[in-house]
Amino acid sequence: MAKRSFLIPGVDKRLLIKDSIKAMPDFTRRRFIAGGASLGALTLLTGCDVVDSSSADTLLAKVSKFNDAVQAFIFNPDALAPTFPESAITKPFPFNAYYDLDDAPEVDGKDWKLEVRGLVDNKKSWTLDELYKLPQVTQITRHICVEGWSAIGSWTGTPLRDFLKLIGADTRAKYVWFQCADKDGYNSPLDMRSALHPQTQMTFRYANEILPRAYGFPMKIRVPTKLGFKNPKYVVSMEVTNDYKGGYWEDQGYNSFSGS
Amino acid sequence: MSSLTVTDEQASATPAKVIQPAWVRIMHWINALAMILMILSGWQIYNASPLFGFSFPREYTLGGWLGGGLLWHFAAMWLLMINGLAYLITGFATGRFRKKLLPITPSGVLHDVRAALTFKLGHDDLTVYNYVQRVLYAGIIVVGVLIVLSGLSMWKPVQLYYLVMLFGDYPTARYVHFFCMAAICAFLVIHVLLALLVPKSLRAMIIGR
Repeated sequence: MAKRSFLIPGVDKRLLIKDSIKAMPDFTRRRFIAGGASLGALTLLTGCDVVDSSSADTLLAKVSKFNDAVQAFIFNPDALAPTFPESAITKPFPFNAYYDLDDAPEVDGKDWKLEVRGLVDNKKSWTLDELYKLPQVTQITRHICVEGWSAIGSWTGTPLRDFLKLIGADTRAKYVWFQCADKDGYNSPLDMRSALHPQTQMTFRYANEILPRAYGFPMKIRVPTKLGFKNPKYVVSMEVTNDYKGGYWEDQGYNSFSGS
Repeated sequence: MSSLTVTDEQASATPAKVIQPAWVRIMHWINALAMILMILSGWQIYNASPLFGFSFPREYTLGGWLGGGLLWHFAAMWLLMINGLAYLITGFATGRFRKKLLPITPSGVLHDVRAALTFKLGHDDLTVYNYVQRVLYAGIIVVGVLIVLSGLSMWKPVQLYYLVMLFGDYPTARYVHFFCMAAICAFLVIHVLLALLVPKSLRAMIIGR
């Protein structure tokens, strides 16, 4: 499994680790350095090294793959995420990212084009004006973050499955892979069955206003059957592919299917 | 007097009576391990977005960061669920739950709680649970079922929507999950304390007699 990186902008990660280790009590510090932080608690509890950390990581990665398969198996393409009345909308809807709002991408809507790649008939790029002309629908659904919190929002846009049909995508392919304008290059794979779910949406508006910068201007992919990190913002390209290309958080260890 | 003699004869004729059958002991310790893994990884996940104004100390969390905590939590959940399901099925099928945990009467519970608090609760026959034990063990089974159901609701709020409805909505299921964890931790403290006060009960859970 890829080693996780620390994600605080402008902070040198090695210095950060050094400082954190200094801040730990002696006993913890020894354990942290000896056994790896991930097993610190178990080691503390039992007083011995139960498993060495790399073999535990391998096992956990295998179980996570197994969990992908279980989730794909129980995924019902017809099961709809609950919808809510406008009065239930969370205000203000939280901005959430691995960077501050000030560091969020500033995309110029006039220059921006959605690139389409991979197993599709028509690879033409789409301007924002062209996309705005596609039929749009509104959904009020609950966004659930991998951290546990949730918020209800109102998203308007074109169902992704309509767009995939329009561009002649091979919907037997395994994934639609999104790349984004976020710093450090955000990306995320979406399994085809979730991409074809009726509520999966190319979102252009939030609460009936043009999607603001905080929520992913000019385009976000809203997937109410997935955790928040599988709802990419600031999307610049989509690729229909059979290859698993990984994702920003998926590569660091978040479960790849992460369906709800 | 004669009855006492008979009992003595029986006791010497047969090997020491099994207090905890092997399946109970095996499932008990698997559950203990699974619960500890679930609690420590759960604390890691809680810390990512605390429900209340506190976080769990980092050194008592598993996984190193949120992603690691989630990996542990969604791995140990299989251990907890499969073992728990096997325990429920065997407990009902063998009649153990009915024989050992029932009846639970308010007067019995009141009497034994009072006796326990004054250290007068007897433990002559470990094969019969007193009312404090019955209430705690039956209660923790109910909490165990609730924590799994609320956990599944949070894991699959769309696919298992009917489960979420049982709790009201997703955020409520999250609170239920938290309070079940708190109840299990409280049980754990009392349970371990009582087991240490009556060491032969701990021995019975390890070697069976």
